[in-house]
Amino acid sequence: MALLEIQHVDISYGNRVTVTDSNLTLEQGEICSIVGESGSGKTTVIRAVLGLLPGGGRVSAGDILFEGKSLLGLSQKEWRALRGHDISMIFQDSGAMMNQTRLIGSSFVEYIRTHEELSKQEAWKKGADMLARMRLPDSDRIMRSYPFQLSGGMRQRVGIAMGMTYQPKLLLADEPTSALDVTTQAQIVRQMMELRDEYGTSIILVTHDLGVAAYMGDKIVVMKNGRIEDAGDRGHMLHETDNAYTQLLLDAVPSLGGKRYV
Amino acid sequence: MFDEKDIILEAKHVTRRFPAAGGRELTACNDVNLKLYRGRTLGLVGESGCGKSTFMRFLVWLDTPTEGEIIYKGKDITKLRGQELWENRQHIQMVFQDPSTSFNPKMRIKDIVCEPLLNYGRIKPSEKDAKARELLEMVELPGDFADRFPHNMSGGQRQRVAIARALALEPEIIVMDEATSALDVSVQKTIIELITRLQREKGITIGFICHNLGLIQSFAHQVAVMYLGNIVEVMPGEIVSKQAMHPYTKALIASVFDTKMDFSKKIDPIRGEPPSPLDLPTGCPFQDRCDRCMELCRRERPALHEVGPEHEVACHLFAKGGEEA
Amino acid sequence: MKKKNFFLRYPGFTLFAILALLIVLAAVFAPQLTHGVNPTKGSLAEAIMPPSAEHPFGTDKMGRDVFTRVIYGARASLSSTFILVVVIFVVGTFLGILSGYFGGVVDAVIMRLADMMMAFPGLVLAIAVAGILGPSLRNAIIAISIVSWPKYARLARSLVMKIRHTDFVAAAIVTGSKTPYMLWKYMLPNTITTLVITAATDIGGMMMELAALSFLGFGATPPTPEWGYMLNEGRSFMQSAPWMMIYPGLAIFVTVVVFNMLGDNLRDILDPRNDE
Repeated sequence: MALLEIQHVDISYGNRVTVTDSNLTLEQGEICSIVGESGSGKTTVIRAVLGLLPGGGRVSAGDILFEGKSLLGLSQKEWRALRGHDISMIFQDSGAMMNQTRLIGSSFVEYIRTHEELSKQEAWKKGADMLARMRLPDSDRIMRSYPFQLSGGMRQRVGIAMGMTYQPKLLLADEPTSALDVTTQAQIVRQMMELRDEYGTSIILVTHDLGVAAYMGDKIVVMKNGRIEDAGDRGHMLHETDNAYTQLLLDAVPSLGGKRYV
Repeated sequence: MFDEKDIILEAKHVTRRFPAAGGRELTACNDVNLKLYRGRTLGLVGESGCGKSTFMRFLVWLDTPTEGEIIYKGKDITKLRGQELWENRQHIQMVFQDPSTSFNPKMRIKDIVCEPLLNYGRIKPSEKDAKARELLEMVELPGDFADRFPHNMSGGQRQRVAIARALALEPEIIVMDEATSALDVSVQKTIIELITRLQREKGITIGFICHNLGLIQSFAHQVAVMYLGNIVEVMPGEIVSKQAMHPYTKALIASVFDTKMDFSKKIDPIRGEPPSPLDLPTGCPFQDRCDRCMELCRRERPALHEVGPEHEVACHLFAKGGEEA
Repeated sequence: MKKKNFFLRYPGFTLFAILALLIVLAAVFAPQLTHGVNPTKGSLAEAIMPPSAEHPFGTDKMGRDVFTRVIYGARASLSSTFILVVVIFVVGTFLGILSGYFGGVVDAVIMRLADMMMAFPGLVLAIAVAGILGPSLRNAIIAISIVSWPKYARLARSLVMKIRHTDFVAAAIVTGSKTPYMLWKYMLPNTITTLVITAATDIGGMMMELAALSFLGFGATPPTPEWGYMLNEGRSFMQSAPWMMIYPGLAIFVTVVVFNMLGDNLRDILDPRNDE
């Protein structure tokens, strides 16, 4: 049984269908990259999986199955059990997702205590341990910092640590490195690959960066204007596909030591 | 390829310091020396906060360096004022990063691209329509875009308008501040093609700021790498991938995700984070993150010296001539 | 066709615009409305007479027809208020734009001046100024302007600062736009809508301030018919001849309400957030 199955999904806002006939199958331990330019609908799809479509958005056709069970029409109680435990999400700016007026530790403790019965001290210790396990230096200092006191890269790593606290089976990453410098991006990418290697976490990565998508993804899905243009494993997508749009995207990515304009 | 007599603009020992809270100082640019060659593109690469934007803004007089000089047409342009400054603006123009904020939302395209010409009295208001069409055609946009407002256009189209505006006064030098970073990758390619074509046709000198080393080395004749306000390496664009020497440049190269790379190779990012530009440490700015840092590096700041044809590096690991020290 | 739709779309504005226009017309055509009665002349024999057919609003202590004085009073009140609002608007906007655009010393000086003005209770300072310069409507206008310009200056300054460091302003400067051009074509248009709305809604308040000064004796001087001063004159007769205060008071009330509502409705039309 596949870990996640998106079957013929349409997503609509009101009467307007913005994503059409989306299909994706993800096995345990697999990483799938969804690539697309602006307006492609890639972020919409990933948010639909976790039931996080903003105002008025809904899955108007098809089904999303997690471990064989449908994710559509779950109750709030069922979602609370699922989110954080089995499926987690990290965003482009994890720092902005946190309360800027609270210490990281305070937000982390609250997060932990919504998922299990622990005292504040125990939850704090668990949080600090998690940061250390994610190889964040000086985890105690981080717990005692405000989000704005940390760099963008550090905030992303904290976001990943929080998302991984309960070792979810599936991690959804929505443009996790787009706002970061290239060297920081490299650190985050490596960290995410290690999550798969050490914990067997499956990852769906949404990005506009084909290079990152190709490096991380066992499977690559290309979206355009709300539809899946092309999909396949890395080898196929990079070398064998004859889809015109995929080739257009591949051609547009500058390559070190590759074609030059001057 | 680069001849002394082709130097159109030269920056010498340019430093920019800002006073910060608590009596400290923020050094955005530290002893920057760069040359721009006529008709060629200089790519200035670095990560956020490295000072590349600060430096390029000196060229269009949006800021003034604390120390140093920038020589253009035989004069130090940092000392220009008043009428002379206004005259010189015609020769150096700029394209900004974000096409959604670089235009006055209340102005139509034709007013935007003709404003520079009206400012310098080069056209009469009655000639606006014709001139606007001409400029739009130069950037491959249909003439009837002239009556539109910026928000009725895509990001790529707006960036073309920004380029048209920068070309209006027929400048010798155009500074482009991350001109493609806010665009989709397929659009980015078409804009780079446009820029390189215009450069070939008009012999324009370009200073291009970029954080993407992979992109810049594909169309820059010369690449300068900046870290924490310091130039750490300058080299011809085509040798970046093979002959980069400075550990930071190598780290940038290692951080590039390429669709043609070897995917089995594990990514080896540099450790740590860029330190704060407040209170720069003595010695090499890269000392805390370099895995080959020596004791000398913490004492003495390395100067840029030549290690190959048109290739300079600021690193104690390489003596003059390029041998490893 | 288009005009009709506009007025139908904004019934509130239309209503109060008509009312405001009526008030202005009343001031303009005062002689006709009062059948040529002289507002400054009266016979003591007819002093303090209650409203009657001949004197619809009664007479005051000098035997002058109150109705006539109320109608003519509109002239003084409206003209002085408009002049006051225009002065504050122009001075405040000008200083605010300079302050926001140039920053540095210019900004510091102008803002400290504004702070000084705002540190005083407005009416008290106005009274002091009017007291020093002597009572007259002109001096009342000067006095109130001095304390009221900071509000406009601060508003203009913050609107200018919002766009001062944007890329498109930098681009205009890089492409050779000179400072006067920048101030006129870029900074001013960005402030004007909000400031016009502020001025329109301030008309009522300013009218009250002028009337207050006149009531205290620091504004209009006799025998000029002016509503605030008429309230002053009628104060000692509040019990015995209430019509001397009621009618000028009503005039102030109605005019202020009409202009306040007009300004309010104007905001609904002009509010930049409702654009496009």
